[in-house]
Order: sequence, then C-alpha cells, then structure tokens
Amino acid sequence: MIRKTRVPMREQAPAVRIHNFQEVPLGYTPEEAIEEAKRCLRCQKAPCIGGCPVEIDIPRFIAHIADGDFRVAIRVIKEANTLPAVCGRVCPQETQCEGLCTLGKKFEPVAIGRLERFAADWEREQGMEMPPVGAPTGFRVAVVGSGPAGLACAVDLRRSGHAVTMFEALHEPGGVLMYGIPEFRLPKDIVRAEIATLQAMGVELVTNAVVGKTFTVDELLADGYQAVFVGTGAGLPRFLGIPGESLIGVYSANEFLTRVNLMRAYRFPEYDTPIRVGRRVAVVGGGNVAMDAARTALRLGAEEVLVLYRRTEAEMPARREEIRHAKEEDIEFHFLVNPVRFLGEHGELSAVECVRMELGPPDESGRRRPIPIEGSEFVITIDTAVIAIGNQPHPLVPRTTPGLAVTRWGTIQADEDGTTSREGVFAGGDIVTGAATVISAMGAGKKAAAAIDRYLREKGA
Amino acid sequence: MYAIVKKRNLADQITEYVVQAPLVARAAQAGQFAVIRLHERGERIPLTLADWDPDCGTITLVVQAVGKTTMEMEERFHGGDSLADVVGPLGEPSEIEDYGTVVCVAGGVGIAPIYPVARALKEAGNEVICIAGARTRGLLFWLDRLAQVCDELIVTTDDGSHGRKGLVTEPLKELLEKERVARAWAIGPAIMMKFCSLACQEAGVPIIVSLNPIMVDGTGMCGACRVEVDGRVRFACVDGPEFRGDQVNWDLLMARLAAFKEEERCALEQFKAALEEATA
Repeated sequence: MIRKTRVPMREQAPAVRIHNFQEVPLGYTPEEAIEEAKRCLRCQKAPCIGGCPVEIDIPRFIAHIADGDFRVAIRVIKEANTLPAVCGRVCPQETQCEGLCTLGKKFEPVAIGRLERFAADWEREQGMEMPPVGAPTGFRVAVVGSGPAGLACAVDLRRSGHAVTMFEALHEPGGVLMYGIPEFRLPKDIVRAEIATLQAMGVELVTNAVVGKTFTVDELLADGYQAVFVGTGAGLPRFLGIPGESLIGVYSANEFLTRVNLMRAYRFPEYDTPIRVGRRVAVVGGGNVAMDAARTALRLGAEEVLVLYRRTEAEMPARREEIRHAKEEDIEFHFLVNPVRFLGEHGELSAVECVRMELGPPDESGRRRPIPIEGSEFVITIDTAVIAIGNQPHPLVPRTTPGLAVTRWGTIQADEDGTTSREGVFAGGDIVTGAATVISAMGAGKKAAAAIDRYLREKGA
Repeated sequence: MYAIVKKRNLADQITEYVVQAPLVARAAQAGQFAVIRLHERGERIPLTLADWDPDCGTITLVVQAVGKTTMEMEERFHGGDSLADVVGPLGEPSEIEDYGTVVCVAGGVGIAPIYPVARALKEAGNEVICIAGARTRGLLFWLDRLAQVCDELIVTTDDGSHGRKGLVTEPLKELLEKERVARAWAIGPAIMMKFCSLACQEAGVPIIVSLNPIMVDGTGMCGACRVEVDGRVRFACVDGPEFRGDQVNWDLLMARLAAFKEEERCALEQFKAALEEATA
C-alpha cells in the first residue's frame, strides 16, 4: 500500500521561528527519507524528469535513497545538478518535477525536492565528493557573475577540462543566493560549501570585479580568454514610480534583503550595516521575494507585516510553501490592492494610499489583468515599505560590450544554447530571460557550458 | 586583500591612504569612486577617488573620520594593514572637454575628489580656477597639489585663519560676474553644493556636483542612493555620481543622508566606548 500523503518534514514552530533567522524546515532523517522515497512509482516514462530544467534522473536517485544508498543517490543528482542543496530548498517543485509526478494525479506527489535536499545535506555532513575534472584543454573561459547561472556554467566547463575564472562584482560569490534569499530559507553556509567545492575543482574566483567597470568583456577576450559567459542576472530593482517613493522608510526589496542577507544587518551593531524596520511594515508584491521580505521584516521585530498584492492569491507567483510559511507566521495578506502614493511626515514614511483592484481579461502573461476601481482609495498607516515587484536585467555588460545585441527589455539576445550576436560571448540566466528562477538560470548555464565546449573544440581543431 | 601602502595625516581628522588596488587604478577616471569594506563585519562605503597610479597599482583615498567606519579606519588601519575589499572604479566619469574657463569649487574634504577633476580639465586645455574652502586652517590640505593643476587658486576659511575670510560662494559669485565661466564643478558638503548651484543657476552657468548619498552595493542593485534630478529618480551609483547641480532636489538628498542617523550614532558611541576601554 502506498502512502497517500507525503512524509511531513519537521519545521521550527511559527512562534519560535519568527524570532530567529535559522532555517524553517529541518530536513528528513534517513528513515523519513527512505519512507518517502518508497512512494515513488518508478514510472518508465518518468514525466518528472521533463519538468526539471536540468533533467535530473529523478526516479533513479530516489530508488537509491529507498535502498538506503545515499552516496549513489547524490552522485546521480550531481551528474545533472551541481547545487542540489540549494535547489532542494528553493526550486518551485510544485510547478516543475512534482507537478508532473504520476502519483500526484491521485495522491500527493512524491516530495522530490525534499529528497534532493536530504541527499545533498547527507553528503555535506559525510564529506563532499568533488566532481571529476577533465584533462586540461588549454582553453580559458571567463564566467561573469557567480550566481546560479555562472556557478552551473563554471562547474560544467571545469568538468570538460577548461580553465575557468569566475568574476563577481560583490565581495562574496553566490549572487542572489547570497544577497537575495534569506538565511532562514537558504543558510549561507550551504552556499559557501557549494562554492568551496567549485574552488576545489580549480575554478578561480575573483571578487570585487565589476565587469563593465573594472574591465570590459572585450578586455577579457583580449586578455587570453577564448570565451566569455555572461550571467549577470536581473539585479536592478524596479520601483512603482509613484509619489513619495523616496521617503525614508521605503526600501527596494534588493536593498532591504541585501542589507540583511549579504551585510548581516540583523546582527547590527556587531556587523556595521544598519537596517531600520518600523512597527507596521507593508511589502508590495506577490512573488518569492515579497514573501522573503515580509518574513524578514517580522524577524527584525516588526509587530505587523502586511503584503499588498494587486491580484488574488491564485495569481501569486510565490512558491506555495512560502505562502504557507508566511501565513503561519501571521503575515496579513491584502489582495486586489495597489499603492498609489506614499505619505510622509518630515521626510519619513507614515502611510500608504492604496486603490482597490478588480481582475479584468487576461494580459500577455496569461494572468487576469488587475484594473483599479475608481474612487476606492484608502489609506493604511505604516512606517516601513518594501517594494518587491520584480527586477530588471543589469545593463552594465550590454552597455559596455559593442555589438552585443539586446532586446527592447534590455535583456541580452541569446539562442537556447546561450550563443549571442558576438563570437565567443555566451549568455544565460536572468540577463537573457528577465527575472526567473534559480533552477532555470542553472539550466541555461549548463546549456551554455555545453555550447562553449563545442565552440572551443571546433575553434581549436 | 588590499594593502595600505602609505597612510598620512593631512588635517584634523582627515587622512590620506594609498591602497594597492591595481584593477581599480588601471581603469580609474576623474569623477569615479570606489566602494571599500574594512573587514568581514564591515559595511560597504563609497569614497570618491582622489588619485591613482596605474604603474604602481595604487589608488589614493582621503577620508574624514566622521562615523564609526571612518573612525575605525583612522584608529585601526595603518600602513602595512589591509582592507578586506576595494571595488571600482564605479560611477560615470566626469565629462571632460575643453570648455574654456572652468571653476572648480571644493569644500572641506571635497578638496581631494576635486583634484583629479581639475587636473583632467587642465589637461584638456581649460583655464582652471580652483576655490578651496574649509571652516578653519587646520582642515585645509593638498593646496600645493591643487595649485599645480590650476591657473588660479583661491582659498577661503570661515574664520579667516587662512586665505579669504568667508564661504566659497563669495569668490564663486565674483568670478561668475567678472569672468566668462563656461562651466563649474562643486564637490563638498550637500549644503555647500546646493548654494554653489544656486549661484551658478542665477548666473546661467552650468554646474556639475558630485553627490554622496548612502549606498550599499554601489553597482545599481539596491537603489538606496536614489536621488531626484530634474524631477526624475536616478541612482547616484550608476547614473552619477555627478549630476547637474541646478537640477538636484537638495532637500531630499539631505533628508535621505540622515536615514540611519540614530543607528550611526549608536554604532559610533559603541566604537568610542570600546576604544576607551582598550586604552584605559
């Protein structure tokens, strides 16, 4: 008899976790993992694999967990995915692998993400195995940006035997994994451990290098790199463009989360970077970043945290688990509401005026377009606001690389395999697609690594 | 790590640091800045480049000890020590052309960042007149260096202890009246840049200012440094730091500079207490 429901994962209780920054889900024990793994039907067609942007052989790794052979399980995952501890935590599995799980048609789908996380955590505790590195090819590749796309690209290039240098603009590598996703959802030590593996494989890492400022892509190509991968992400915050947005107390989600995650402002004054959070905080947006900001505000001591979203819960792009976690933590959701201006006293935020919305016909994203209801304006008293309505592609590399074609949205024009309009320059991740997910960026990084490998071998022959 | 090659006191609470940062030195241009972080627990602070030497691979930073980080730098970072991080050059360079006669106004520690701008303008063929002002004689520095890159140097102090008694705006207004000034630059405290901008606006002379809002990453990612210029929100780190002074919303800039006043005071007090304990 197959269990109809998945083996639950233990979590920190809401009343406890809102006072700390430690991880919320606590992971499976080996017994729990084996029990969950046994729910897998081992379908011949394995639709789950088709839902995975990096095509992990899911039934095979789960079978090894069911047999208690965790070392082999993690090896299977790592054939396709270099950051399983990260992906097991932050992938939107419900719309990917788990969404296609055969078992899910009748019961709860197999908890693929939790099993991936279990295998990765097990390996980290036992000692990480370094993926094999290919024989040196003599080629040098520059990877610009050390977020998910760059990390995935660098690993695969190194596996193929190329010399790889990864450039990062900030003082710590990891991109959005370091500055964007909070500690309670993705512990930074896990990211550091993954990056340490990369370095052990021989990937050279240069921090504090802003490509487009410190040097250009063309300088890299002239400097002995035969190919460049651009994975600079969507790091530019979008604002609402409404009056009062520059009042003190209004943050972009990027600023709010960077202060807390990368700069550790939650440990101010032990760490030097400050953050100010008032008693009543409004977060604008409905994605994972909005959930992260709301739950971070709570942990920084806010008494009430409101999420203002212009559509309804059904249209929220956030992972279901993040929405559930936020609700358990008593974050208040206000749907069909959109800010029209921020109000202040003496330069500081004191309230937000909102308008009620209704859903009209679907827009280009396929979701029903929110339309303001005239005359429905109302005011909410707040002292902090965080704008989490998305990010734009970073313009620095496109702007400073002549001949690199960009779209009208500012993203780099690239084929499925990362090929751009410039020979030897490849791109992938959010800089090509606009803001998306960690795993899709990793998928793009892997495809580009394969294309770069082909390009170099053809060129060298 | 970025080694401090040389440290020299320039004036009361103002120190010059020459730091190994070859990649920054190689690409630096007048008007750009670097972001530094002292140590693993440090904050990222922007500092406008005061000079650089691509051959030696060094940059020069002039820092006034006013807050916790700058005071810690003054007290605990000496020649031979290293900064955890230096990144740059960031921001857009100054628009250097042969304009004719230009006036460069520096207030206080602003003397340091105006120096490379004046030098570049001079090299481009301009007649450069510099005005350097401070509260009192003890806060002035680099006057000899500045004199070497301009055709005329006017010095003012609020208390008359050196040069003309009064504010930098007075000689600026005189110059705007009697000379055919094509363009002006002003770098210093926000209030000083605001009044220089007003004077130039009245005279119909374009003025460029270098803004110093609060920043975190310095590469366009956080938006902490947003300023209003000509009614539009701009990011000082990537769109600036130089903007047309007559178009800047100064009141907003000054308000936002005080966003973390309470936290900054708390951090500074704690640091001073720790210092006293260490020396007691």
